[in-house]
Order: sequence, then C-alpha cells, then structure tokens
Amino acid sequence: MEPLKNVKLSTKNVNLYYGENHALKDINLDIATNKITAFIGPSGCGKSTYLKSLNRMNDLIPGCKITGQFLLDGEDIYAEGVDTNVLRRRIGMVFQKPNPFPMSIYDNVAYGPRVHGIRNKSKLDQIVEESLKAAAVFDEVKDRLNKSALSLSGGQQQRICIARAIAVQPEVILMDEPTSALDPVSTLKIEELMNSLKEKYTVAIVTHNMQQATRISDYTAFFLVGEMVEFGETEEIFSRPTDKRTEDYITGRFG
Amino acid sequence: MRNSFEHKLGKLNNDLILMGGMIEEAIASAITALRDNNAELAQKVVAGDMRVDDSEKSIESQCLSIILREQPVARDLRKVSAALKMVTDMERIGDNASDIAEISLMTDASSILRTVPGIQTMSEKVISMVSGAVDSFVRTDIELANKTITADDEVDDLFIENRNKIVELIKNDSCSGEAAVDTLMIIKYLERIADHAVNICEWVEFFETGEYKNTQII
Repeated sequence: MEPLKNVKLSTKNVNLYYGENHALKDINLDIATNKITAFIGPSGCGKSTYLKSLNRMNDLIPGCKITGQFLLDGEDIYAEGVDTNVLRRRIGMVFQKPNPFPMSIYDNVAYGPRVHGIRNKSKLDQIVEESLKAAAVFDEVKDRLNKSALSLSGGQQQRICIARAIAVQPEVILMDEPTSALDPVSTLKIEELMNSLKEKYTVAIVTHNMQQATRISDYTAFFLVGEMVEFGETEEIFSRPTDKRTEDYITGRFG
Repeated sequence: MRNSFEHKLGKLNNDLILMGGMIEEAIASAITALRDNNAELAQKVVAGDMRVDDSEKSIESQCLSIILREQPVARDLRKVSAALKMVTDMERIGDNASDIAEISLMTDASSILRTVPGIQTMSEKVISMVSGAVDSFVRTDIELANKTITADDEVDDLFIENRNKIVELIKNDSCSGEAAVDTLMIIKYLERIADHAVNICEWVEFFETGEYKNTQII
C-alpha cells in the first residue's frame, strides 16, 4: 500500500507495558484525516489499549509504561507540558456502553463546552442543537431536552454521547465498540452517522464485528497479541489479506 | 437508513441500464452495417465493444464490493447476484455484435441477406429479444421476460431454416464459399445472442421471484 497522504495521527515504534505485560509491541500505524480507520482482532489483542493510548486514557493506569511516539498533526501528544484536557478536547472518545451523565440531555451535550468556558446561553443552545443534529438524534429529542438522558433508549443514549463528543469540536473521534450494546437498527443508525461524521472528523473505531468494519471503514488494522499484524485499505484487507494470520482471523479459522 | 448502500444499489442499477442500452445499440448497428455493407458503422460497433467490456468490469467490481461491504440479504442479495450473473451474458452479446460487425468488414454478405430474407427476420427477432431482456430488467417486468424467453424457439427454428438455405446456396454454387461460411457464422452468432438474452431474462425472474429456471436456488 502507498503511504497515506493526509495523516492525522501517527504512531511510531510504540511499546506499551502494563507492569510485566507487554501489551503493545512496536506499533507503527498512521490514521488518515477524514477517514474511518477500524481496529479489529480477538479479545486481548491490544486494539482497545491502542485506541485508549491515542488520547492518553492509559495515563491513569498504575504501572503503565509507554515508549515511542504518538503524533497528532506531527506533535507528540505525550510530550511534557501537553494538557490532557486540551488533548481530549481535540481527540474525543465514545465508549462501548452508552454512558450519558445522569443529567438532562441538554446538560450532557453542553457539559464539554461549559468546562471549556462557554457560558453564553444562546451560544450553548446553538452548540447543543448543532451537535444533536450532527449526531442524528435532534429530531428524536428536541421536545425533551430537559429530560434526563438516562430516560432514552440505548441507541439514543449512544448518539447523545456522540453529540457530547462533537460539542467540543474535536478533530478526532475515537470509538470503542460503540454499537456492541445496541440492537441492529440502532447499530445501523450509528454506522450511517459515522459515515457522515468523517466529512468533518477523523474517526478511529475498535470493533469486534468484522462486518461492521467492512461496512463503515476506509482502512482496517488487524491486531494480534499486542502486534499490529496488518494494515491496509478495508476492501484489500477483507479480500486479499497478505498475512496468513489476518486471513485466518477474518475467515473465522483462527486458533 | 443505509443511505450509502441505497446509493450503491442505485448506481449499480443505472450502470446495468446503461450497459443494456450499449448492447442494444451494438447489435442493431451491427445488423444495419451488415445489411448496408456500411464499414464506418461496423467499425464503430467494433470500437464500442471496449466500452461494454469496461462496463462489465465496473459492474463486477461494484457487485463484489457490495457483497463484501454491505452483506446484502433478501431482495438486495438477489439483485446483486443476478447482476453479477447477467453482466456476463450482456458482455457476450456485445462481443457477438462486434463479431458480426467484424465479419461485415471482411465479407460482403449483403447479397446473401437479400437472397435469404429469413436472416433479416431472424436478426429483427434477436434485436427485439435483446431489447426485451434489457427492458424486462429495467422495469422488472416478468411478463416481458417470459415472452422473451419463449421467442427463443422461433429464433432457433429460423436458425435451422436459414442454415438449410445457405447449404442450398452452396450446393447450387450460387454464392461465394467465403460469403456462405461467414453468413453461417453470423446466424450462429445471432442464435447465441438470443440464448444470452434468455439467460438475462432468467436472472430477472430470479431477482423478482427467487426462482431460477423454476427452481428455488436460495
């Protein structure tokens, strides 16, 4: 594969250890701007660890040691003096289980902008509406913005979480199995949404569902026991993988 | 929901319709070129076959990509698999039209065509079968597909009839051997084109009913 043209996030020679456990082994991987990159692989392969390290969520884990570089627009996100609050505004995250805050729909989405100092009511109204629209959930909740976000269905909650991530205008959105707790219809809605999100954002997603990776992603990386085995255009990975281990995994002949 | 999938299916459908238009035109022009001994038109048909080949490749690639990325089921699965099968027949029709045009460039068969009017009748029937196949796909018209399939028997009969007439001409030494042999090939190509049109119609039926040649194959 030719080198990617517009690289948003670049990983160079990254090793990650949880104590004695060598969880990521010499990872080199580029994530392209305004594309969806999927990380696939069996449980424990390191894909979620890798995703989390992209916005320094592993910092809080005791005994976690990282070597190598993660570059966002060429700047090392682990460099001294990097404010993780600013970093996580630029690189947002959506988790496996919808985790809206126990507050109103409005306050959920306005939370980030408020933290970042926006107090003007009409400005907040505008951000909330735009974010909910971008997350394709506005029409379903516009009449009950002051109701608790926890009163919504799982699929709606997940879209609220996506709206919450969008509200701080991130550059990258990381998604850790964002649909694994959702029914098929909600899943398709989120997938359709991701497709529109990539126009404005760079998206990286961890998924256990290989069909989902083929449906939504432009690039796919296959992880196995801490190694990034193969990376390429999604159609290529799923039609002509070069590594036998990739082929065995995606065809269900693994192990 | 699934906007991008709908978009891909829509494009696939449009491309099949465009390709159908190309082969309809190719076979009609090939016959006209042959009848009028029109070299310019024949060359156009031969050159145009490249576009048909490109369409085939593009449609195959779209189908495979849809199967890989969208995992189509039910009607969508039937659509994509029917497209993948019928595009081969469409490409063959384009090839055979081009073959007829090539022969018309080498041999003047127009005098035999005048002597054996059954060949003109046969070619008209074949053109109408190709149109019927393409239209039955465009409109998902099962009745038209069935009508087109039935018409193949007439084409087969006309093939035998015309073949016998050509054998007569050879026996009587009333045409050049070359023209006779080439015309025999032309009517064989026409007969094959009709078979391909039938195949297309059978895949149209499969798309609509799930049955291929009256058997449920999935």
